[in-house]
Amino acid sequence: MAKELWKGNEAIAEAAIRAGCDCFFGYPITPQSEVPEYMSVHLPEHGGVFVQAESEVAAINMVYGAAGAGMRAMTSSSSPGISLKQEGITYIAGAELPAVIVNCMRGGPGLGTIQPGQGDYFQATRGGGNGDYRTLVLSPSNVQETVDFVQEAFDIADQYRNPVMIVCDGLIGQMMEPIEWREIPKRKLPPKDWAAGGRKGRDHHNVINSLYMDPEVCDEHNRHLDEKYAEIAKNEVRWEEVQCEDAEIVITAYGTPARIALTALDALRAEGIKAGLFRPITLWPYPEKALHELAAKEHVKAFLDVEMSSSGQMIDDVRLAVEGQKPISYLGHAGGVMPTVEEMIEAAKKALKEVK
Amino acid sequence: MAIVYQKSAGLTDAELHYCPGCHHGIIHKLVAESLVELGLLDDAIGVCPVGCSVFAYNYFTCDMQEAAHGRAPAVATGIKRTHPDQAVFTYQGDGDLASIGAAEIVHAAMRGEKFTTIFVNNAIYGMTGGQMAPTTLIGQKATTCQSGRTAEQAGMPIRMAEMLSTLDGCVYAERVCVTDIANINKAKRAIKKAFEKQMNREGFTFIEVLSTCPTNWGMTPLKANQWLKDNMAAYYPLGVIKDSGAEVK
Amino acid sequence: MKKEIIISGFGGQGGLAIGKNLAEAGMDEGLNVTWAPSYGPEMRGGTANCSVVLSDKPVGSPVFAHSTELIALNEPSLEKFEAGVLPGGTVFVNSDVVTDKVSRSDLTAYYVPCSKIAEEVGNPKVSNMVMLGAYVAATKVLKPETIEKMIETMFAGPKAKFIPLNIEAFRRGMACVR
Repeated sequence: MAKELWKGNEAIAEAAIRAGCDCFFGYPITPQSEVPEYMSVHLPEHGGVFVQAESEVAAINMVYGAAGAGMRAMTSSSSPGISLKQEGITYIAGAELPAVIVNCMRGGPGLGTIQPGQGDYFQATRGGGNGDYRTLVLSPSNVQETVDFVQEAFDIADQYRNPVMIVCDGLIGQMMEPIEWREIPKRKLPPKDWAAGGRKGRDHHNVINSLYMDPEVCDEHNRHLDEKYAEIAKNEVRWEEVQCEDAEIVITAYGTPARIALTALDALRAEGIKAGLFRPITLWPYPEKALHELAAKEHVKAFLDVEMSSSGQMIDDVRLAVEGQKPISYLGHAGGVMPTVEEMIEAAKKALKEVK
Repeated sequence: MAIVYQKSAGLTDAELHYCPGCHHGIIHKLVAESLVELGLLDDAIGVCPVGCSVFAYNYFTCDMQEAAHGRAPAVATGIKRTHPDQAVFTYQGDGDLASIGAAEIVHAAMRGEKFTTIFVNNAIYGMTGGQMAPTTLIGQKATTCQSGRTAEQAGMPIRMAEMLSTLDGCVYAERVCVTDIANINKAKRAIKKAFEKQMNREGFTFIEVLSTCPTNWGMTPLKANQWLKDNMAAYYPLGVIKDSGAEVK
Repeated sequence: MKKEIIISGFGGQGGLAIGKNLAEAGMDEGLNVTWAPSYGPEMRGGTANCSVVLSDKPVGSPVFAHSTELIALNEPSLEKFEAGVLPGGTVFVNSDVVTDKVSRSDLTAYYVPCSKIAEEVGNPKVSNMVMLGAYVAATKVLKPETIEKMIETMFAGPKAKFIPLNIEAFRRGMACVR
């Protein structure tokens, strides 16, 4: 298939349309505004619904309503807007509705910066809203993966009746890269017989709800959710290992820093330093077991975690997975400053020197 | 024996949890009867709020969604836009609609969303135990204004029907009450008319129902009814506020 | 082969478009490419730049501290990015806008009168194509035919009348560095 040059944000919107997204509810915020802009033009051409909501809070609640009524619903935003959406996301998780949410991350906290960031890792992987719940989090590191993941996200969401979040960052949203519109294998999906889209002859009424007044019943509901999350963790973990077979220093990174790391790997290898990359693709569920096993290998001497975050957020998951088997050092910037290839090379050499 | 009265097919057999003298039960019945009489029940989707009517999904026999506090108009927007041929309504109290959900209701009305909002205004937060609402009257006591609401401290109460009527997207707004048979009949006519206008795709329709809260007002049901007529109806005038874009005096 | 190019100028000058054209043509030749813009609050006339990578291997970082080439469409761009060009690299300057010269002696500099040539060709809007021509001729990283074919695709249909104009501008740009 011929390659086409697409801008990340526009590709996200087009991918959603191709995946059968019925409706999109958005609100402008840099650096993701091209998603609602593209949707406003092209989703109605495919019979879909676009609404520019009055706020991110309203947008996610529109998603909740449409998803509850059986639709493939989506919203996108960037960090501060995703904070506002957390109320709706926890209701969507609690009521077990499928939905696709894109966070084109920028630097924080507060208004922060509009430049790329990864400071929303905790928010994305630890729930973000109130209560015990999880969103499945996919982290692409190029535009091709972004369009593939967006398309697959709708199926994953429907399969588990759970919100799926795509976290990319401002750079992936803004950059252009050649992509192919690949056929994404369709999953076998359960019927949406739970949807409250009108009875239309059904002998009972459906209710979309996350309220369980009886503590025992609420506890039971949480156990049911836990079982579902365990199932997701069993089936959906994804990661990539690059040149880890003999690596002495392993860089852990996701999204944009992971692709920057690829350039650093080449340079390090050219100097005879055995460097590898461990890239989590699902941030939740985290590829804990794979990382643990890698850390156990004798040739691995140290880890270098690289993030667009001041002191690191994913590094907590790296530590949990490595379990003290090998030392872990950190390189990162917040506020929209991207780690450079040169910095990575230097930090990798330093980390390796400290263990030798 | 001939049946002279029957529970609406729009209501389940669940026992209502509302306090004695509360008007929610009557208002539920009017909404349910309207849906049945208009032949809309089988298609209808309702959205309930956070507040005393949070369990409305247990009482209506149509499909229902429970919204986060104040967000029912956004939830209903998501439903109605993707189900344009079906009757959609929100059922909201004054804390939900006029306070935390003020943005959502204003913008749904502005966009002319084609659903119907039943706004139950009892001038107090019922479920959380009698705190001041944006619609609490001046001088009215509540647990967060124990000497009575003052304009200095909390501003003047908000008249939602009038406010939403200023928006072109809102095609019908009427304020009713259900204190007696005559008013119950009027309220029923208003609710039915709102659903009819919705199904005619005219725009956003809004019925404000003044309601009592004997428990948190600290009154008997009868006294609460009288208080509503004497005090609430004086500040929140009953009648059609707006009909099909034409201002009604 | 790996080219890491910075194209920088005032917003509206067409620097981002030159970058997109390079990426598009690179893709057409089967190269791995990325185009990454600087972005900020929308401001007319503000400085805008983009980073383009053309490579025969998969592209790691789409952004870089050191470029193989710089295309400077205004003076602030030359000032800001000259220092970051790799030794032995090339700088292309729109000499109709920029009066300064490249100060480093380890760089090759081409001064291209983009605006003047565009006007001679008949439309000031095609000054980008002049610069693209200069870049292609000097670096030889892309085939001229690829660019000309891309121009034909870009202006397919009702805009076809712009094809000869753009191709002419592109060829005049190439001639600048011969």
